[in-house]
Amino acid sequence: MFVYLLTDIFFYLIIISLLIYILYVRRTPDMLRTWSYVFKNKTGIISIVVLSFFMLIAFFDSIHVKKKILNNDTNQFIYSNDIQSLLDIILLPTYENFEKSYSSPFSSKLYSKETIKLKDGSEKRIYPGLAYKGNHNKYSKNISANLVITAILSLVKSFIIFLFFYLIIFYRTLYERKNNIFYNFKNNNILCITFYILLFIFLLLYDLSTQYYVLGTDKVGVDVLYKSIKSIRTGILIGTLTTIVMLPFAIFLGIFAGFIGGIVDDIIQYIYTTLNSIPSVLLIASAILILQVHMANNPLNFENIYERADLRLFFLCMILGLTSWTGLCRLLRGESMKLREVEFVQASQTFGLNKFSIIIRHIIPNIMHIVIITVVLDFSALVLAEAVLSYVNIGVDPTTYSWGNMINDARLEMSREPVVWWSLFSAFLFMFILVLFANLFADVVRDAFDPRASKKYE
Amino acid sequence: MLKLFKYAFIVLFLLLEGCADKPLNSPYSSLKNKNVFYSSFQERPKHLDPARSYSSNEYAFIAQIYEPLFQYHYLEKPYKLIPLTAERMPVVKYLDKNFVETNKSNNISYTKYIVNIKKGIMYQDHPAFYKKNGQFIYHNLSKNQLKKINSLKDFTHESTRELIAKDYVYQIKRLSDKKNHSPIAGVMQEYIYGFSEYRKKLTDYKDNNYKNNQNYIIDNDIAGIKVINRYSFSIILKKQYPQFIYWLAMPFFSPMPWEADIFYGQEPLKEKNITLNWYPVGTGPFKLTENNPNLRMVLEKNKNFRGEVYPSLLDKINNGKLISKNKDLVVPFIEKAIYSLEKEQIPRWNKFLQGYYDNSGIASDNYDQAVSLDKSGDISLTEDLKDKGIHLATATAASTYYIGFNMLDSVIGGSNDRARLLRQALTIAIDYDEYISIFANGRGILAQSPIPPGIFGYQDGTKEYNHTVFQNKNNLVIKKSIKEAKILLKKAGYKDGIDERTGKPLILYFEATGSGADTYAFLNWLRKQFKKINIQLVTRVTDYNRFQEKMINGTGQIFQWGWNADYPDPENFLFLLYSKNGKVKFGGENASNYSNYEFDKLFLKMKNMENSDNRENIIKEMLKIIQYDCPWIWGFHPKSFSLSHEWFENVESNLMANNTLKYNKINDNIRSEKIKIWNKANFTLMYILLVLLVSFIISVLVMIKKKDEEKVL
Amino acid sequence: MIKYIIKRILYAIPILIGVNILTFTLFFVVNSPDEIARLHLGNKRVTQEQIISWNEERGYNNPLFYNNSEIGLKVFKKTIFYEKSFKLFLFDFGLSDSGRDIKYDIKQRMWPSLAIALPSLFVGLFINITFALFFVFFRFTYVDYFGVILCVALMSVSSLFYIIGGQYLISKLLHLVPISGYTQGLDAIKFLILPTIISVIYSIGSGTRWYRSLFLEEIEKDYVKTARSKGLSEVTVLFHHVFRNALIPILTGVVVILPLLFLGSLIVESFFGIPGLGSYTIDAIQSQDFAIVRAMVFLGSILYIFGLILTDISYTLVDPRVSLK
Repeated sequence: MFVYLLTDIFFYLIIISLLIYILYVRRTPDMLRTWSYVFKNKTGIISIVVLSFFMLIAFFDSIHVKKKILNNDTNQFIYSNDIQSLLDIILLPTYENFEKSYSSPFSSKLYSKETIKLKDGSEKRIYPGLAYKGNHNKYSKNISANLVITAILSLVKSFIIFLFFYLIIFYRTLYERKNNIFYNFKNNNILCITFYILLFIFLLLYDLSTQYYVLGTDKVGVDVLYKSIKSIRTGILIGTLTTIVMLPFAIFLGIFAGFIGGIVDDIIQYIYTTLNSIPSVLLIASAILILQVHMANNPLNFENIYERADLRLFFLCMILGLTSWTGLCRLLRGESMKLREVEFVQASQTFGLNKFSIIIRHIIPNIMHIVIITVVLDFSALVLAEAVLSYVNIGVDPTTYSWGNMINDARLEMSREPVVWWSLFSAFLFMFILVLFANLFADVVRDAFDPRASKKYE
Repeated sequence: MLKLFKYAFIVLFLLLEGCADKPLNSPYSSLKNKNVFYSSFQERPKHLDPARSYSSNEYAFIAQIYEPLFQYHYLEKPYKLIPLTAERMPVVKYLDKNFVETNKSNNISYTKYIVNIKKGIMYQDHPAFYKKNGQFIYHNLSKNQLKKINSLKDFTHESTRELIAKDYVYQIKRLSDKKNHSPIAGVMQEYIYGFSEYRKKLTDYKDNNYKNNQNYIIDNDIAGIKVINRYSFSIILKKQYPQFIYWLAMPFFSPMPWEADIFYGQEPLKEKNITLNWYPVGTGPFKLTENNPNLRMVLEKNKNFRGEVYPSLLDKINNGKLISKNKDLVVPFIEKAIYSLEKEQIPRWNKFLQGYYDNSGIASDNYDQAVSLDKSGDISLTEDLKDKGIHLATATAASTYYIGFNMLDSVIGGSNDRARLLRQALTIAIDYDEYISIFANGRGILAQSPIPPGIFGYQDGTKEYNHTVFQNKNNLVIKKSIKEAKILLKKAGYKDGIDERTGKPLILYFEATGSGADTYAFLNWLRKQFKKINIQLVTRVTDYNRFQEKMINGTGQIFQWGWNADYPDPENFLFLLYSKNGKVKFGGENASNYSNYEFDKLFLKMKNMENSDNRENIIKEMLKIIQYDCPWIWGFHPKSFSLSHEWFENVESNLMANNTLKYNKINDNIRSEKIKIWNKANFTLMYILLVLLVSFIISVLVMIKKKDEEKVL
Repeated sequence: MIKYIIKRILYAIPILIGVNILTFTLFFVVNSPDEIARLHLGNKRVTQEQIISWNEERGYNNPLFYNNSEIGLKVFKKTIFYEKSFKLFLFDFGLSDSGRDIKYDIKQRMWPSLAIALPSLFVGLFINITFALFFVFFRFTYVDYFGVILCVALMSVSSLFYIIGGQYLISKLLHLVPISGYTQGLDAIKFLILPTIISVIYSIGSGTRWYRSLFLEEIEKDYVKTARSKGLSEVTVLFHHVFRNALIPILTGVVVILPLLFLGSLIVESFFGIPGLGSYTIDAIQSQDFAIVRAMVFLGSILYIFGLILTDISYTLVDPRVSLK
């Protein structure tokens, strides 16, 4: 049975609007030219592939199902309380079983000694072996040999899959339309190589995590790799949903203020200066604090933790949006004020076009580049902000998988002796990759849309 | 070259440090004063007013400053009360309806306590006591006088005064005053004769002038409390309540000089955060000299302290001789105690390991790093920490965690066999041993009954055990198997979890609170436990307030809760199942609304008894009843660990006593030596960075020069 | 000039009123004081009496806007709005929910915050500008390219990693500075070194990139080209012309944030146990002390507006061509 969480629905909306935007770009030659700059840029194409990979994972993690369980004794089907996502089902081997506690990456033993009763009744302190993984080398008894074989096998497997895709999709779209300005030969190679590398990493990790805990396990024995992958959805949602939710406000208020002017302008300006004058961290903190009290006092009787945590995530996005909204609004106001004076807008005004259709036809298309640059630039800042907010306990729900929560837990792990470093490391790694490529992408997009700022390397 | 860097660094750091003989990472400005105790506090204390303070982090300070009448013996187990400022233990007299002394137990309506306090006990020096020409000059401060005053230290004159019985009586009056928000006013209302009437009287008398208000309190007395003479007073209780003596040992019943209350009540002082809530005035071994809850709290020896001899223990093996490590030594040993605010766990633990804190509790995450189970199952420190000379003290807290069944529920509750059998089956099915190892990191003792170890009537699970859950096989007490639970379930009419009457599977509901990361794991675990006997558990997660509401209305079914003892008496645990304390009907603490006539009868009998064989037998009888009825699944009693360094001496685990700082001792020779060894600075990384930096700068300069020349050419 | 300043200050008043009304709605209308009281009393069984006495103690027992039970001006004065919100304008922050005087605490905690924020700002400024000049000098070469990539990489690391990592390496492994803490006087330096270094490193990524683009914008202007055509060396051009002219945006950028430095850094302060305003805010958030959060929000917006006014003034001082109307 499918379950639709609130954030799922919004995530689908994001995907749909993305698709609509792509269609729109393909039909508009101007936009196509701008975007082709991004696609022709090496950094641009690599970051697009990596980011879409992350998006894909988040998408799979946003399709939720309740599993039917057969009760053996009663022969009746019931729906389990657990909500699983499609990603959970794909990643089943990485998380279906929990170990007892910490174990380091690729280890076959727990990280701390325990007293074990031997068969002869005596007791001994040893590192207990892991229950599920680490001792099952698939291909060879020697660990390093096993690793090499796994790697080679994944290399081959991914190559086969890659070829399959290459022949079916790439060939058709890339080579049949050679005159499409989106593509040029040089970048196809980079695109393919990036895709191939990602595919290889995915298959390798998948195969490895059926045998080992690639990034170790956490305090209650959950695979850290699984946690990090699950956190991708939270990160991406906070990065995208936040801006998407508030985008309509920013666009319309900004345009109204700039285009209509007068008292409307004054009021809108007043609103955003007021909001802007409160330091954003404080505004976010107090809003979330208030919301928490409100939720605690008016519990919207949720049967399971997922929905509650999901609602909190959604509200977090809303509140974050509230603070990032003002900056964009101010930019748009300025831009539409400039546009108001531009000849073709003035001309259509004299031709008697009503204001609404002028906004739709002339203003919006001409401010879209600012919107896109802002959205892309905000994305990485928001992903980073999530971690900080979780540290202050005003971030996502503690039960939600997120990098912020992982870092929060890791603070204690870092004070252990010997140090449990892998939780922090994995959160760092995943977050770094996502934010790095988002930043690189943002740079390229800005260069493409804002020719004045573009400083091309010679 | 390297040497040069080294010197450069040392010079640099020396400049910053100004002092060469202590490690670079020392968080203290001076380690010159040897007899100082260093520790930390996690959260700034909210109330240091003894009428209000009710949490252990506040007691850590005020119990060293204020002295109630009695205290717990530091060394003796089970816990025992001894006089502190009192001359001796109180004389207890029983009165009949007409306040005439009586001996007949059925005639008793009131109990009278007569307390004598020691003569010659002096308060710490404090400006509130200072008199000039017979006048308190600091009781009428003007704004002008206060200009230069920012903390208590800024008052130029101080004085002291003798402790008298009136001070204790005054404090009890303060407890009844609504504006002091004492958390125990409600409880005391039930016991102390005239308390609630006095409370009402104070509420009715509403004078906006603070002084008039306080004078009114000084002039009017609670009906049941009388000052007999300068050094003795009496309290009359409305009923028999032997446990009252434990209350008298809590900081709530500390003496409060009226001068202090008047002094701190002055409005302009409040603006400077100089209030009774922040600056205590006591007779104890220490006084608070620096109060900066944002940074540190400093206790210093109270010069006026009368002195107390280190306690000794009756040695049962050696013919009842008194033994004491510190025979005839006068406490306190420590001159000064510095508590630093340390909110984060990492720095706290690391500073402890570096030797900058003398003691530390163990956070659960540091647990398996610090502690190991040895062959006999006893807990000891790991080799690493043992090598460092760290000591471990364990103690089982006087508290219990349990899963309760709502006895008013139609499925799981009630005294009918069907429900009882179901409860018994569940009691067997749920494996609390596993719970302790997963969720409490092994820090707990499996409970046989509500009574935790160290409390009279405790059953340790060897000779005395819970017969519903355990059985004796070959002289070993072991847990009954799941099979037996299933048999019980079948008897109850739920074969394989199917209700025979309806043919539908049995679904039970668990009311959970909290949203922590552990909650989720716990609920999964619990569901698994119920699954063992084919019962489906639905968990309903709400917040604590909503949970409370469910408990009060009796709409919950199964829940987990805990209880922390107020005092070490079995009454404080067994009353949790006394029917008159039912949560739904009476708003008491009996959350499972258990009601059993036999149990109630025995409870009332046991309640007012002194600890004796007779009492023990009654308690056994009571436990048998509840162990058979299973209103709770007896969970576990948590253990608390605390670590201390070898130079921190005389550390005994005593969870009831709070005023233990006076017994501790510091051996600074060992401390300073160890700190030096443990904190050697390592400059390697700095050298590398410096070399990199220098080579980077040089190459940049070279590059710039080269490029510039190119351009010019 | 003075007329302008007065005008700006007058313009700030409606904004502050807006902030005030916003916080008031947030803190008292969305949740009634009763609900906040219930939250604070949550651990024990909450009776109505307890809630009333909790509210009474903190002055939350009055009506929101209009008090029927009073006469004269007191009708408005004896209300939550007057007591809790209006008084903020008089810098009367009242007592925190835990009973301490907020103004007193703010005055005390301001200094440690500045002790970290000021050195971090100026050292950071120096390093960022140095790096930026360096990149600009080698603009559009591989040095510049990898420099920018490095900046992006530095920007992509969460501040928490810098703090946790730095603390672990410098304090725990190398024993060079205390892990956390603070003290008054000159001795405080040893506590401040590490947080300052970490704040500086954290700012390098975005700071260097920002100044780099500032300089690049300047370098394309005509006067630079003229200077270069005169045969001046690149170093001279950079320092004497580009850097000097870019000083205006740099200075005004600094002036905007100067007042906000008082608020301190939330995360750094609480990790290093420094009793500044940042950790004060964090503590208040974590213990849900609404009175403090409210006061800090108001203080923050005042400082922000103050910063804006300062910027405008500094514009005219630095660049006489800008006229204030």
